[in-house]
Amino acid sequence: MDLLLVDWALVFEKLILIVIVVLASLGIALYTTFAERKVAAVIQDRRGPNRAGPFGLLQPFADGLKLIFKEDIIPLTSNKALFVLGPGLAMVTALLTSAVIPWGSALDLDGRTVPLQIADINIGVLYIFGVVSMGVYGVMIGGWASNNKFSLLAAIRGASQIISYELAMGISLIALLMLTGSLSLKTIVEQQMGGGWGGLLGWNIIYQPLGFLIFLICAFAECNRTPFDLSEAESELNFGYHQEYSSMKLGFFLFAEYINMFISSALMATLFFGGYDIPFVNEANLAQSWGPNIVAFLGVIALLVKTVLFIFFFMWVRWTVPRFRYDQLMDLGWKKLIPLALANMLITGAVVLWLNK
Amino acid sequence: MQALTNRAKQVDAEPLSFWERLYLPGIAKGMLITLKHIFKKKATINYPEQKRPFSSVFRGLHVLNRDEEGRERCTACGLCAVACPAEAITMEGAERKKDELHLYREEKYAARYEINMLRCIFCGLCEEACPKDAIYLTETFAPANYTRSSFIYGKPDLLIPDPVAQPEDFERAKGKLEEHKANQRAKKTD
Repeated sequence: MDLLLVDWALVFEKLILIVIVVLASLGIALYTTFAERKVAAVIQDRRGPNRAGPFGLLQPFADGLKLIFKEDIIPLTSNKALFVLGPGLAMVTALLTSAVIPWGSALDLDGRTVPLQIADINIGVLYIFGVVSMGVYGVMIGGWASNNKFSLLAAIRGASQIISYELAMGISLIALLMLTGSLSLKTIVEQQMGGGWGGLLGWNIIYQPLGFLIFLICAFAECNRTPFDLSEAESELNFGYHQEYSSMKLGFFLFAEYINMFISSALMATLFFGGYDIPFVNEANLAQSWGPNIVAFLGVIALLVKTVLFIFFFMWVRWTVPRFRYDQLMDLGWKKLIPLALANMLITGAVVLWLNK
Repeated sequence: MQALTNRAKQVDAEPLSFWERLYLPGIAKGMLITLKHIFKKKATINYPEQKRPFSSVFRGLHVLNRDEEGRERCTACGLCAVACPAEAITMEGAERKKDELHLYREEKYAARYEINMLRCIFCGLCEEACPKDAIYLTETFAPANYTRSSFIYGKPDLLIPDPVAQPEDFERAKGKLEEHKANQRAKKTD
């Protein structure tokens, strides 16, 4: 009988939210592939895909269909179970992170408050770190199970790179957490609301510019994006860990990269740029005149705009900066970013202590 | 030593300064350059819809010419085939019969006339060699195809439309169909 005591409305509401968030992530990732090709094209003075549908907008569906209808090859010498697990794991871990991101303030449906966040857990930041470190297993398992030299090399590169940059990323966030005093992403966003100068001064980027820079660089490395895409390095490793993959398994790997990009952009917007805070607008006043639902909706749009700007930044960097050499990558991670992050942490800690006195 | 050109540059072997070693200013500079390129004019055009004009001396596919009465000008003398450096032209001559006076201008004509467009280098020497103004190079080029044999163009592919029997096709080939239709209408009203 205990089962019936479950708040079914809550389960239902969360289920709908999960479906919406997952579908939205997939849809955005789909169009990010299209945007990537367009951005690459305009940066290189070309036009980009413009044949499928108006302005080429159906191109991602054409790409997806093509991938699905390709022959799905599993190499004879590969470890079949792990070979199939790799891309699935990459995809799942990429999607899991979206669970703790607050997409907007709460909706008010007939007196029932529905927060636009799948799980407001009090260890949100820790959860993200846990899931992001799981992400390396997709690359690792996929590369190892392919039983191919290049794939294995790429998997090792990818794993060591992600582990190295996770340190600096974590330390840069510790400084931020000292300021906020909370690991819950919702609390972090709410603390950023209502600062001076149109609300912009409340954002964490003002207090942690160096921390943001370190986090940004590490996010590039964690997403395996250029200039840190050493684990796919076309010119050296023949596409690296997904070399032996074809059809939709390859699609999953490529897709996971774009979902990762979307989620880390949303995360950066949440942690450093006020999340669903609309700049130059006082949300509390607006909620009284327009009702909380419209404000929540506008908040979601504000977060998405910030996220899209970050995604554009990811692409812009990709088509500007060439790939690092492996020793340069390790040098940057261990000798530059970690000491910088440590210094940032110590200075922040000292300032916080001094101001509290 | 005297430099060969005035473009020679002294190599700068100075160790990198602190700002240069930081790389971030350099990256920012590079990103500004790529940002500028977003707003630049595109180098490519939307090809099938938009086409770039050819040069006025462009040499494309050949046509076999007719005279004003629609008779073929070619007499199968073979000078074009001799002039052709790529040996792309093949022909067979035949004698004109009594009832073929309206088809061929001279007593001898080309029963078979083939140009292999895969061999042709579009140099235009056949055009220069022809004493009868029978072969000309146009402003179109051979469309893509699946087989080699489809690139061997015979008389039906090469001959221009008959200005007497097919006046509309003839004007369309010249690109003056609209003008021609207007003239026809003007004639009718007269």
